[in-house]
Amino acid sequence: MPFDKIQKKLSILADAAKYDVSCSSSGGKRNNTKKGLGNNTGFGICHSYTEDGRCVSLLKILLTNHCIYDCAYCVTRKSNDIKRAAFKIQEVVDLTINFYRRNYIEGLFLSSGIFKNSDFTMERLIAVAKKLRLEENFNGYIHLKSIPGASNELMREAGLYADRLSVNIEIPTKSGLKLLAPDKKHEDFIKPMEKVKNEIIQYKKESKIIKNTPKYAPAGQSTQMIIGATGESDRDIMYSATYYYKKFNMRRVYYSGYIPVLEDNRLPALGTEVPILRENRLYQTDWLLRFYGFSVNEILNDSHKNLDLDIDPKLSWALRNLDLFPIDINRADKRMLARIPGIGMQSVSKILQARTFRKLDWTHLKAIGIALNRAQYFITCNSRNFHKSDLTPYQLKSKILKTSTSKYQKFFNQQLSLFS
Amino acid sequence: MNPQTILVYDGSFDGFLCCIFMTYDEKITTPIIRKEYESNNQLFTISEKVVTEKNKAHRVWKGFKLKTTYHEQQNFFKVFLSEIKGVENTLLNYTRIIFSRTTNTTTDFSTKDILTISQVAKMVGREKHRMEAFVRFQLTSDTIYTATIEPDFNVLPLIMPHFKDRYADQKWIIYDIKRGYGIYYNLKTVEIVDINFFSRKKSKIPSELLSHTEKEFQNLWNIYYSNVTIPSRKNNKLHKQHLPKRYWKYLTEKNNIV
Repeated sequence: MPFDKIQKKLSILADAAKYDVSCSSSGGKRNNTKKGLGNNTGFGICHSYTEDGRCVSLLKILLTNHCIYDCAYCVTRKSNDIKRAAFKIQEVVDLTINFYRRNYIEGLFLSSGIFKNSDFTMERLIAVAKKLRLEENFNGYIHLKSIPGASNELMREAGLYADRLSVNIEIPTKSGLKLLAPDKKHEDFIKPMEKVKNEIIQYKKESKIIKNTPKYAPAGQSTQMIIGATGESDRDIMYSATYYYKKFNMRRVYYSGYIPVLEDNRLPALGTEVPILRENRLYQTDWLLRFYGFSVNEILNDSHKNLDLDIDPKLSWALRNLDLFPIDINRADKRMLARIPGIGMQSVSKILQARTFRKLDWTHLKAIGIALNRAQYFITCNSRNFHKSDLTPYQLKSKILKTSTSKYQKFFNQQLSLFS
Repeated sequence: MNPQTILVYDGSFDGFLCCIFMTYDEKITTPIIRKEYESNNQLFTISEKVVTEKNKAHRVWKGFKLKTTYHEQQNFFKVFLSEIKGVENTLLNYTRIIFSRTTNTTTDFSTKDILTISQVAKMVGREKHRMEAFVRFQLTSDTIYTATIEPDFNVLPLIMPHFKDRYADQKWIIYDIKRGYGIYYNLKTVEIVDINFFSRKKSKIPSELLSHTEKEFQNLWNIYYSNVTIPSRKNNKLHKQHLPKRYWKYLTEKNNIV
């Protein structure tokens, strides 16, 4: 290997790929048969962590940062004057194998700028995955980007070698897409997603009948949206996220706070702070939708277009629906328990188990580990002491905020609005 | 006052099981169990050396297995590997609870020893997972991928199957510097090895023993690592929470050679 050349390429192409948030390596199960390399148990491992606290579990690189498109939000856009580089297929394979053998990584996450056309690019990505699986007998994790506009045949082939496929839709609204990426069409993003979804369903059905049906993208699909690049509201973001979860059976939708990398009058100026707190609130909402049984219009709707930054979305929902509370911990069903602020799904199942033995009081709840500073105002238990709630939502909110601390405190607007 | 009995064993799991056998056999009510190499500074005690016998250990383990689930057996072994001082006594109390219970009742976490067992097992499990992540192999000139580690607990027996399945087509050694032994995979089986070459002071592999391209790959990994950080999102507290400083010594990316 010509190491000095590869060093240069790696620094350029790793740098360009780092804005992709997804780094999960779980969900793909491939057993090491025939003494090959790698054994994927379906659980991910984070092998290291960057200084911004994100996990490093995959070798995340671009095949090339040459691109025919000129999307305003992207570092590798055509009109941007940066160093360009491209890996050869064999170079990516060698890097992956050698990193994997040293236990640096769980596998490969390969993305690419689009050169020539979509199909040409997709073919190259598939070639890497194919070589790893067939020639190197590699069972580690492979995540490939579906290139927008790639043909159905190629998407079918990609899923046979990759564990996960993803298309980053990047801009949550169609109007935003038109503004920032005028050469890309919404349909181009949808097409490969649709194909992969159908193939996954198809292969699952077949594997029920024929045992040795090959695996097709066992870790499913994911996508990513940039937050805060165009003026979209949280409602727009979460509605389109819900759409992708429902329509394409997405495993995950990732939200990535926009990091200003370029000067462009359509975008936030350079030096604008990354909306880390907003990103966090969106993830909390995402969890509420996927695991807590909330539907999106309960949390975000026409009268409530954006999430509160100073309190979490569940607390915010509870304050708007105080008539449903207090809830009796010893009687309420699972669905209602999950809706109490300060109680997570783990606590819910512990409560359900524990209350079969005895009636729970405040000490039990504390030992179980629920966040009483929020929960106490919304529940009753086996005790005569509980909050008789005649507080208005606004009073309750300021009371809770006074007794809690947040690592995000510095972002909060100190002055509370007068008319809320 | 009856002097307290101290049972001294060789530090092996089988040895410990023989101690349990002895407490039942000789009806010792409140013994202290400790390893040979741990210091003894107690007055008015009787020390008794326990000889490790395979068949006795086997009998205890067989009985234990009849009364427990696979998960409980795993936890028992994990807690033993924690090597926390005095953990043998907690395990002995736990065994007594297990052997005296009539039904497979749901675990009652209000009993102190049972709670301790599940907590310590969790700690050891966490360390196991960390080691599966933080082992960094270096290719030596005799084509063995070698790694040195200093885990908080004795987790080599726990991580062995993971590495055996994953790296089935390469020879590797993982050496525990703290405890002075390692595991070596010779493409067929995993065996326990003792390498005099390593010691607490000489814990790293000297570069003249490495394969000629090894430093190049380490360099590439460092380049990759430094390029994936997004500077505008820097969060050192979170970084150290995920990657505690005590593990940095053996992480290639934290020992920049460039």
